[in-house]
Amino acid sequence: MDKKPTMSLKGITKNFFIGSPNELHVLKGIDLDVNEGEFVAIVGQSGSGKSTLMNIIGALDRPTAGEYTLDDVDMIKAKDGELSKIRNQKIGFVFQTYNLIAKTNAIKNVEMPMLYGGMSARKRNDRAKELLELVGMGERMKHLPEELSGGQKQRVAIARAMAMDPSIILADEPTGALDSETGRLVMDLFHKLHEEQGKTIILITHSPELAEETQRVITIKDGLITGEREGGAQL
Amino acid sequence: MMLYENIRLALFSLVANKMRALLTMLGIIIGIASVIAIMTVGNSVTQEMTDSMASLGANNVTVMLQQKEEEEESTKEGVSFGRGSRRNSNVQEADMITKEMINEYVEKYADSITAISASQSVGQGQIKDGNLYANVSISGSSTGVFVADDTEVVAGRFFTEREMEDASMVAIVSDTVVTNMFKGENENAIGKEITAYVGDRFYKFVIVGVYEYEQSPYMISTTSDKDKETTLYIPLKTGQNLAHNENFATFTVVTKAETDPDEFAKTTKQFFNAYYRKNRNWQISAFSMASMVDIMSTMMGSLTTAISVIAGIALLVGGIGVMNIMLVSITERTREIGTRKALGAPNSSIRVQFIVESIVICVIGGIIGIILGVTAGILLANWLGTPASPSLSSIVMSITFSMAIGVFFGYYPANKAAKMDPIEALRYE
Repeated sequence: MDKKPTMSLKGITKNFFIGSPNELHVLKGIDLDVNEGEFVAIVGQSGSGKSTLMNIIGALDRPTAGEYTLDDVDMIKAKDGELSKIRNQKIGFVFQTYNLIAKTNAIKNVEMPMLYGGMSARKRNDRAKELLELVGMGERMKHLPEELSGGQKQRVAIARAMAMDPSIILADEPTGALDSETGRLVMDLFHKLHEEQGKTIILITHSPELAEETQRVITIKDGLITGEREGGAQL
Repeated sequence: MMLYENIRLALFSLVANKMRALLTMLGIIIGIASVIAIMTVGNSVTQEMTDSMASLGANNVTVMLQQKEEEEESTKEGVSFGRGSRRNSNVQEADMITKEMINEYVEKYADSITAISASQSVGQGQIKDGNLYANVSISGSSTGVFVADDTEVVAGRFFTEREMEDASMVAIVSDTVVTNMFKGENENAIGKEITAYVGDRFYKFVIVGVYEYEQSPYMISTTSDKDKETTLYIPLKTGQNLAHNENFATFTVVTKAETDPDEFAKTTKQFFNAYYRKNRNWQISAFSMASMVDIMSTMMGSLTTAISVIAGIALLVGGIGVMNIMLVSITERTREIGTRKALGAPNSSIRVQFIVESIVICVIGGIIGIILGVTAGILLANWLGTPASPSLSSIVMSITFSMAIGVFFGYYPANKAAKMDPIEALRYE
């Protein structure tokens, strides 16, 4: 490895319903390093634990046991407030269901992370416009989510994920609800962000073809990493 | 910056759910509106009553017969409202205050007394002339009555000494009577003869003077101006003759400016009760107008407070409504809350967002309530014929109070939102 890992997970486990008879061991000891600027795909069947892993990486959830450092920050010891800040500044989320705020236009949606980041109104507005141009939504900035197609919504969501210029983008099945054509458009956007801006991107997907486009494909099964291979997109 | 964004957000969500927001606000609107309306009316009525009673003579002392209590007890102020009202039911002429008593009294306390206002009611009746009529109550009055009531004769004159002595059939009527009977200038009525019918009797008087009638503000009158009953003043002696009664159940003393009316009321009471020590049923009560004003203001004050408490309960119910709708709102917006958290919103921001929303609902409700309340208060006050005085303090208090309701009833739902688990919130369908 020529680069220092930006993200390092060791022996991560996650149990649900702890102490009850139906205690669930979703993650059984995950070791994973991700380098800065890497484009990684995580594949696995539903119930394999990949979404749970994604939540832990994204600081939305805490593991039951294990070590996790992100840019030299010990994420296990970090307080809730610090995790909020990390989510705001270091991580951009893209969801399968877009999760745009209803009745709020594209530009305000993109501004939202910047609002929590404490950016001034003018700066927020300028940057939101810039980002919407970047994802090809410059013409629809004032549109409400209800007025946008799935692909358009996802592009707004990607612009929103980019708002605070995070180093990492976590995309959970970003093309899962899109047809292959618009899915292609979204994937192209990720490639663009990866290549032009050097973002670290972690992509969860069902599709082997999409996974193949990344640099590294990690397979998860029953809460363990069962396979790791190089993808098709080597720099 | 964040606050502005939160207010904008809250307004957005209100506009998005207009009907719901309005229904939620209704409790607050009704609560605040009733508080403000009651305060406005209460204020203006109290103000008007105090003013007019004071203008009737703050230094008047009213002396009246009062039925003795079984245990010889009376209220602190010496006025017993409940039983005092029965004084006319079976009072005998022998029990009444005599002219001799009053003369002795005036002699003894000449230094403190300006005038004695004593009157003898002849009864309520009607002046008639063909189709024309005017309702009057006929009152034989001493000159002191005009001093005590602050009544001004606007045309003609007062009774002369001679007329008083001779018990002449002369009268001073209100301008209402002039309007009803003579349809014209007050001057035209002077010297005219009128016939007043009281029960099956009738009396003829010559008008010597006209006074300007002022509606007393604490008597709510629903009769039209035309049917209004005004006092027809005749000389005291005339009244006594017509009523076949030389004694008094009540009279008023106008004290000198330097006399303390409250103190003098006590002295007066003692003086007259000396005559009534042996009387089985009756005693004398004396009180100053100033103490009446106090009693009235206290009564109005507690009435206002009591109604305000009821309105306060309406506000409480309104607040619970707000809490309820906030809980619905955060449940509906669970995914939004999860998304905001994923985008880096700290718990405190989420909490503030929903508390601000709750405050905005309450304050808008409060403002609508104030507008409605002031309007209703002014209309009511007008209807009662008192000048409306919406109190600024109650408006400021209402705004503050509705904000407090917003914080109080918004905190629990907002805190619930703030503590949501982001993953569960994001998964919420």
